[in-house]
Amino acid sequence: MCLAIPARIVELQGDKAVVDAMGNRFKAKTTLLSEAKLGDLVLVHAGFAISLVDEEEAKKTWQLIAEINDYARKNL
Amino acid sequence: MLERIYKAQTLMDSACKALGRQINVMEVCGTHTVSIFRNGINTTLPKDLKLLSGPGCPVCVTDQGYIDVVLKLAERDDCLIATYGDMIRVPGTEGSLETKHTGGNVKVVLSSEDALQLAKDNPEKTIVFVAVGFETTAPATAVAVKEAAAENIDNFCVLSGHKLVVPAMRTLLSQKNHNIDAFLCPGHVSVIIGFGAFAEIVEQFGRPCVVAGFEPMQIIEGLGEICRQLAEDTAEVKSMYTAVVTEQGNTVAQKIIAECFEPVDGWWRGLGKIERSTLKLKDKYSRFDAFNRFDITETPGEDISGCRCGEVLCGLIEPPQCSLFGKSCTPDGPVGPCMVSSEGACSAWFKYKRERRRQ
Repeated sequence: MCLAIPARIVELQGDKAVVDAMGNRFKAKTTLLSEAKLGDLVLVHAGFAISLVDEEEAKKTWQLIAEINDYARKNL
Repeated sequence: MLERIYKAQTLMDSACKALGRQINVMEVCGTHTVSIFRNGINTTLPKDLKLLSGPGCPVCVTDQGYIDVVLKLAERDDCLIATYGDMIRVPGTEGSLETKHTGGNVKVVLSSEDALQLAKDNPEKTIVFVAVGFETTAPATAVAVKEAAAENIDNFCVLSGHKLVVPAMRTLLSQKNHNIDAFLCPGHVSVIIGFGAFAEIVEQFGRPCVVAGFEPMQIIEGLGEICRQLAEDTAEVKSMYTAVVTEQGNTVAQKIIAECFEPVDGWWRGLGKIERSTLKLKDKYSRFDAFNRFDITETPGEDISGCRCGEVLCGLIEPPQCSLFGKSCTPDGPVGPCMVSSEGACSAWFKYKRERRRQ
């Protein structure tokens, strides 16, 4: 439950953002991360950006999530 | 990469040799538990280095008494329960939200903002947001409460069961029969609270606290660092997850939590009552506090099912030592919360260890 997802901010109006994670787009707020800008990669948890994150780190987490999803699809 | 693995392994071997006994490291994060099992990290460690899955899954630590309150509110026609999906299957004394209320009284939401939107869309109902989770989730609840106050959305309220990680760690180390040598500390909780938050554990109990991310290399190097400290008979706070975890954490989030909530004594499954471990809405937001609004209190639940999740959460037993494990308690038909949640220790054991045995 405490796994935050890296996502890129693709729309930003005030503290309301649309983010993109692995091709999925969803709403998120930047209330807790006021420095976040359009185009930034952020960690999103329960609908809120909680930290900036760099590209390399984001890729590692996306890969981990993809692996877990893949495993779940095949085995569970 | 291999070099980094060898280095960590050498540190682990040295620690096992130096201590000459079993070393117990507890991870306090459900996502670590899943990553450890999923990647088979537990099978690559020296035989004297044992990983214990601690109270790191918010669903698992939520007391049965809290679930009973949720179930009671779900029976009311004037209420709409908004909950994260993880909580739907957690059993209370009589059933779960899934088995008891499949009707329209329960809505799964992905964020506190969705719950607030439900309140705007359903003015004739009172929306009760089932606010569980550690410090990563609490600020999201706080933001929604502040917005509800600013916009006077009076049909929104919060049943706060938010928990704090550090008091639970302190409680575990205060138990006489504990066997914990060090903690592998949660990654994304630490994004909020900062790795500096674990300094008090190190100072008070002399146990290493190392923050790691979730990919295998982070966990392996985190364990390596813990072993280095144990071999050198020292205890420090360290973060291996420097990409996103700072010493201070997200201070904006901390301020919002402090503005809306105060820590009070609270009940944890398996751990009992822990002082100042649960977040309660402050008086100025009491009109959004579901406990106040419906004048209800949480009575700590007594588990009579024979489920031993409590001992699993304290690292005292491993899941297969529970007589229900894999028999009457499976992910399809769970009895205890550690089997319900995909991040629970029992669920991870069932899915991944069983899989390994088959191969």
